Amino acid sequence: MSTEKSRLQRVFEWHEARLPLVGFIDHAVGTKYPAPKNLNYFWNFGFLAGFMLITMILTGIFLAMNYTGNVHMAFDSVERIMRDVNFGWLIRYMHANGASFFFIVVYIHVFRGLYYGSYKSPREVLWWIGVIIMIVMMATAFMGYVLPWGQMSFWGATVITNLFSVIPVVGKMITTLLWGGFSVDNPLLNRFFALHFLLPFVILGLVFLHIWALHIPGSNNPLGIEVATGDKIPFHPYYTAKDAFGLGVFMLFYFGMVFWFPNALGDPVNYVKANPLVTPASIVPEWYLLPFYAMVRSIPNALIGVAAMFGSLIVLFFLPWLDTSRIRSATFRPIYRILFWVLLLNMFVLGWCGAQHPEGLPLILSRIGTFWYFFHMFVLLPVVGWIETPKPLPASISQPVMPAFKPAE
Amino acid sequence: MANTAHAAEPAGETRRDFLLHSTVAVGAVGTAMMIWPLISSMNPAADTLSLSTTEFSVAGIAEGSRIIVVWRGSPVFVAHRTAAEIDAARKVNVSELRDQEKDEIRVQKPEFLIVSGVCTHLGCIPLGTKGTDPKGDFGGWFCPCHGSQYDTSGRIRLGPAPKNLAVPPYKFTGDTVLIG
Amino acid sequence: MRKVLIGAVAAFALSLPFAALASEAEIHIPKEDWSFYGVLGKFDKQQVQRGFQVYKEVCSACHSVQYLAFRNLADLGYSEAQVKTLAATYEVQDGPDEAGDMFKRKAKASDYFPKPFANDNAARASNGGALPPDLSLMTKAREGGPDYVYHLLLGYEDQPPAGVTLSPGMSYNKFFPGHQIAMAKQIQDGLLDFADGSPNDAPHIAKDVTAFLHWVAEPKLEARHDTGVRVILYTLLFTILAFLVKRHIWARLDK
Repeated sequence: MSTEKSRLQRVFEWHEARLPLVGFIDHAVGTKYPAPKNLNYFWNFGFLAGFMLITMILTGIFLAMNYTGNVHMAFDSVERIMRDVNFGWLIRYMHANGASFFFIVVYIHVFRGLYYGSYKSPREVLWWIGVIIMIVMMATAFMGYVLPWGQMSFWGATVITNLFSVIPVVGKMITTLLWGGFSVDNPLLNRFFALHFLLPFVILGLVFLHIWALHIPGSNNPLGIEVATGDKIPFHPYYTAKDAFGLGVFMLFYFGMVFWFPNALGDPVNYVKANPLVTPASIVPEWYLLPFYAMVRSIPNALIGVAAMFGSLIVLFFLPWLDTSRIRSATFRPIYRILFWVLLLNMFVLGWCGAQHPEGLPLILSRIGTFWYFFHMFVLLPVVGWIETPKPLPASISQPVMPAFKPAE
Repeated sequence: MANTAHAAEPAGETRRDFLLHSTVAVGAVGTAMMIWPLISSMNPAADTLSLSTTEFSVAGIAEGSRIIVVWRGSPVFVAHRTAAEIDAARKVNVSELRDQEKDEIRVQKPEFLIVSGVCTHLGCIPLGTKGTDPKGDFGGWFCPCHGSQYDTSGRIRLGPAPKNLAVPPYKFTGDTVLIG
Repeated sequence: MRKVLIGAVAAFALSLPFAALASEAEIHIPKEDWSFYGVLGKFDKQQVQRGFQVYKEVCSACHSVQYLAFRNLADLGYSEAQVKTLAATYEVQDGPDEAGDMFKRKAKASDYFPKPFANDNAARASNGGALPPDLSLMTKAREGGPDYVYHLLLGYEDQPPAGVTLSPGMSYNKFFPGHQIAMAKQIQDGLLDFADGSPNDAPHIAKDVTAFLHWVAEPKLEARHDTGVRVILYTLLFTILAFLVKRHIWARLDK
């Protein structure tokens, strides 16, 4: 037994000496990584996002084996998956609800970063990669929603691709290029299928970079201060155990949705086959895109509206410099902490507005909300950083200055 | 996750080890159970399985001619054999055959041979249905891929194929045949 | 951590009043009891069979159920022979034959229910310009689901309320968006006699046919509920074990 093992070990070492693949992967994204010992449960969501990505890729591959990317057959092929393919209903509901849960997890992950200042030096590149992942996810989710070729698929695709037509000079050319024709039709469905299959693997590569970029400076923590080596614990077994527990709790919610409310987050109209001659009463994107949809509709000028929508994501790249405070955690920033909650509330309100007809109260609210979003980013963040007096920081994560503070259990 | 990073820990950790191993086992079995539906989805779906019968009539097949019908997406050879063909199939010494089957057990009515049209070597469709096709040295079918030759009972006589052409399950009702 | 959680819940709660604003103009659809609701909800097979009879004798004159195959009826407790016999009472188009002609033949278990009209235009022409929608997914394709379908079937008023003028050929329905529906009232007391002698007043007929339609829309519902219970129990076991492991491992830090 022991000689057998050492022979295996020798083969492994022989290989590693020639191509240190395992060593490289373990160094970049492995679990020996020392992590601060005070991470709370909000730090579970990165792992959960990874879990959802794998779930989506796996279920997606098997759906693709049964799906047909053609306008005449797409809807029927999805119904065949639901009715005739073995466990097809399970795989499709896991995939459809998986998109929503992926976004829930990623949005919590992002807002955790905003609260604890995880985007600040030296984690700017880590943050950038994260923002890119989120944008690619949105594109992937949008294209995936088109594939069942229901009414909302078709009209969602029509409305969103038409956004590009407002770009001066080249707008019309871009929409024609996206469509491969003069309206949303088979060429678009076919290429969206191809891209929807490709992009998750792009995300997978970006996630590798994201974790690599995390391992260089190390994790931020709820106090946002530098962590002494003595206050770090190995990721495994401490955080693998914690993540496993978090995963269990998360799956209870996810499976609860999949098995008992599989259509609650979807629009009923998408169970009606796409009809290019009839527009549904209201065209609403999936919930995770609603705040951005509200922004685009809040501005009377179409071009500026589209610019605002994309700008609201682009601005995130500049966050490390727009936020002038050197204190990371909102725990020690009394004013920023309030602004953070207002921003979160603002996103919920924008989300609600995105689901309403753009008139009356929803229109007014979405204008206020859009204004506030950019006001927060471009004015409040820098100014508050200058004028705010932070609370005293603890000397280390083991010795908090605030008596009320308890490290995460 | 199931590694022994805590091997250096002092003894008295039995309960935790038991817990850890149970958790890892439950997690591993759970993962396997989630993989199963994915693999299972690749098997034939309910609609595919339901399309498993084919019906046709032999009334229009002239003596000496052959047709192809489709059963479960693959060809089935139907031959209206002449007396000479039946005779040829029956006088063969079965013990000299590679796949020893009597002609009598391969047909329900001697004049109608119904066999799968898929070569038992690597799945090509042997020639011999059309009058102008080569039928091989034994008057049956000739597979153009690797030269397997079948006789008038669809039995392998020469070439690389290991088995006779398979006989599908079928039933005569008058002139009507139901395969599957 | 706790503060952050409270804050998140508060932000979400503060946004809820806006959601309440949304529903004021909508038609209120009362909730019904269905055997297929709930954690272990199942179809009442007798009820679904009765609903199938209603579909067959009434709805199928105008509405198709294109995703329903005869073989699916086996799930309702019909034997294979019964399914074959029933299928044989329908004719479907097949072909082309050797002469190149399409022909009619008796349906087989693997065939789908034939549509009442050859195509959408023929359906419109026979229904005063309105297209009777396919019913395969109806209970999932409308806001309100089975409750909506049930109340729509019963929600006809003989006289529209004062001030409402119906367009020609339209009927007034309390639950239809816009209240003017091209389908005339169909479900009435004593419309048909159920094979099992069940009550045949309008509410019972509507309920049975809605249950049937939900079975057609979501045939895997029972498998979903069964699997779900097992998956949740298993996940719960995993979660508890993982929690205990986590606690034991983290206890080492306190030493």
